[in-house]
Amino acid sequence: MRHVAPWTGGAGRGMTAQFDGLVAALRRGSVNVGGLLVLLAALVGLFSLLMPTTFPRVTTLQAMMFQVPELGLLSLAMAIPLISGGINLAIIATANSAGLLMAWILTAVMPPDAGGATLAFWMAGALAAGLLLCVIVGVMTGLLVAALGVHPILVTLGTMTLLHGFSIYFTRGRTLSGFPDALILVSNETVWGVPISFVIFTVVAVITHLLLTRTALGVRIHMIGSNLEATRFSGVDTRRVLVSVYVMSSLLCWLAAVVMMARFNSAGADIAQSYLLITILAAILGGVDPYGGFGRIVGLFVALWILQMIASGFNLMNISPHLALASWGFILLFVMAVKRFAGSLHFGSRTRRARADLDPNSGRSGGIGEANDRRTTRSGV
Amino acid sequence: MPRAFSVVFGRTETALAAAILIAAVILSLSSPYFLTLPNFVNLIEAYSVTTVLAAGVFVVLVSGGIDISFAATASATQYLAAYLATSYGFPAVPALALAAALGVAMGSINALLTYYLRVVSIIVTIATSSIYYALLIYLTNATEIYNLPDWWSNRFAFVRYVTASDDVVKITLPIVVMVAAVVLTQYLMAHTRIGRQVYALGGNPEAASRIGINVLGVQLLAYGYLGFLAAVAGFIQAGRVHQAVPTAMAGQELNVLAVAILGGASLVGGIGSMGGVVLGVLFLAMLQNGLNLLGVSPYFFGVVIGLAILISISMTGYAEKHARRRHVARAS
Repeated sequence: MRHVAPWTGGAGRGMTAQFDGLVAALRRGSVNVGGLLVLLAALVGLFSLLMPTTFPRVTTLQAMMFQVPELGLLSLAMAIPLISGGINLAIIATANSAGLLMAWILTAVMPPDAGGATLAFWMAGALAAGLLLCVIVGVMTGLLVAALGVHPILVTLGTMTLLHGFSIYFTRGRTLSGFPDALILVSNETVWGVPISFVIFTVVAVITHLLLTRTALGVRIHMIGSNLEATRFSGVDTRRVLVSVYVMSSLLCWLAAVVMMARFNSAGADIAQSYLLITILAAILGGVDPYGGFGRIVGLFVALWILQMIASGFNLMNISPHLALASWGFILLFVMAVKRFAGSLHFGSRTRRARADLDPNSGRSGGIGEANDRRTTRSGV
Repeated sequence: MPRAFSVVFGRTETALAAAILIAAVILSLSSPYFLTLPNFVNLIEAYSVTTVLAAGVFVVLVSGGIDISFAATASATQYLAAYLATSYGFPAVPALALAAALGVAMGSINALLTYYLRVVSIIVTIATSSIYYALLIYLTNATEIYNLPDWWSNRFAFVRYVTASDDVVKITLPIVVMVAAVVLTQYLMAHTRIGRQVYALGGNPEAASRIGINVLGVQLLAYGYLGFLAAVAGFIQAGRVHQAVPTAMAGQELNVLAVAILGGASLVGGIGSMGGVVLGVLFLAMLQNGLNLLGVSPYFFGVVIGLAILISISMTGYAEKHARRRHVARAS
């Protein structure tokens, strides 16, 4: 912990203790994952009991591994801004824009008979172009959020509409399809039975976890989620942190775009739109604090498996996928109710919970940690 | 200069009115059809559903919450009324009254969950939105209802007027309903005690509850009112397209939210006016209509809306920053 102590600077002892508590909570991983694992185990038990011959099989597990990565990568892209006290409503639009750019290069620019080195060159070029686009989108979003001090819901609502608008304008609503086999491999091939896309997702999730818990940047992201102003006054360049948050989010969108292109063998402006709200659902279910400041990738990982388990279980039982979606909603409300009434609201200090009692829904939802500040200003002017 | 800038642009309504005026002048100079009565009436009717929904969302935003389940509510209530009317021959009044009651109930569920679970309303309504939609599509098998009764699908004109150029102008039900919804919301929010309480709750929930405002009551009103207006919007939407579809409003959530925010309602709560929201709708409607008349590809419209949102929030953000700086300077 000594290496992070310097930038707590001249803060009082109370604040240092609080900070140590934060870092300890990040490292310890005590946060709430146990309950989710129990829920997951209960679901596995329930479905195995109901379908002893079809559910507990390797093929079921493999099918689930094929389906988790898309939503998983997009949920990671949502979770990081949420932890920083923001949100990124543009994740799907970013992924689709990047997907379309890559698809356009692969289908219209690349010579159709390309093979060997030429193919590798064009594929690398397409991937790099998509990556570059996502970095630009991330930097712009981060700068807008940092410079305007407007809530990221608004900023990303704007970037979402803008990116989606460009995608529609350039494609006229059509989809692009027909990609090289080498790309399709990502979603079709397996390594020792594990789909490549799932390997990618797991590796990325582990990296994200390490980045959020073991690096200075990760701790700073949690800090601005807790209190942006306090973080700035303790000498952290919050603008840089915000830009990093949205660049990371956009990079994850790029990976999601690659996986989705491979899986659907097509790219379009309106693909996977319904995932947007589900990624928020998954992140919150996984224990990410909607107010920002707290949240763990491990929890998100387990939450994704819970959602997938329900979807696959219902599917095997020939229950409508719509009921699976409904039960996702119920599970989220159920978990929220348990957190509320078991008194084990793991996030937030006692004072914040006390405030939340009086302040049920607006809390810190407006303005990244500046809601109160702004309110006083308004009444004063 | 910055001071004058923030005085003029500090209020979103002023900025929007200026933008609308400028756009109107440019458009009427470049297209002779723009400033005609038929065009204007068509424009209003096309945006009637959005306006009614935006009025309801505005109330919830002012109360300090966000609701994105209204699209599901509008679809569900629309379907219920259509089902009762076509399968059981319900007359207009009971069918619509039941639909409105369902809308209020669905909205109230959001308010109750938000209040008792102590969770931000956006999370609650994401969950309820998934549940409402999924159940609706499951229960209806996603089948459309085409044979709406005449009282619903006939395009009844309250006022019929033939212009000098032989264009027929009709003031239809959607327009009348939209005006009624706007007037009612304006009255509720600006001229009643409960309206002031909604502003108070959104402005500072703690202060509001300490001066004795019934927080749950005000939230029930705000979300229930949105549910009611969602039912109204569902009704006129089905009438316009002559069918009831379970997914009629899917994907409209963020668009309507964007309209309300463009009109100056703040996510922080406690701020915004019905007039601003109407100006926001008018601005978008004019922009879309103008681009059409100028021959700009309709596919380009998304880009324009995105830019409009980003410019609008940049201006408010800039103005607020300056207001804050002045305040700090004065205090020290």
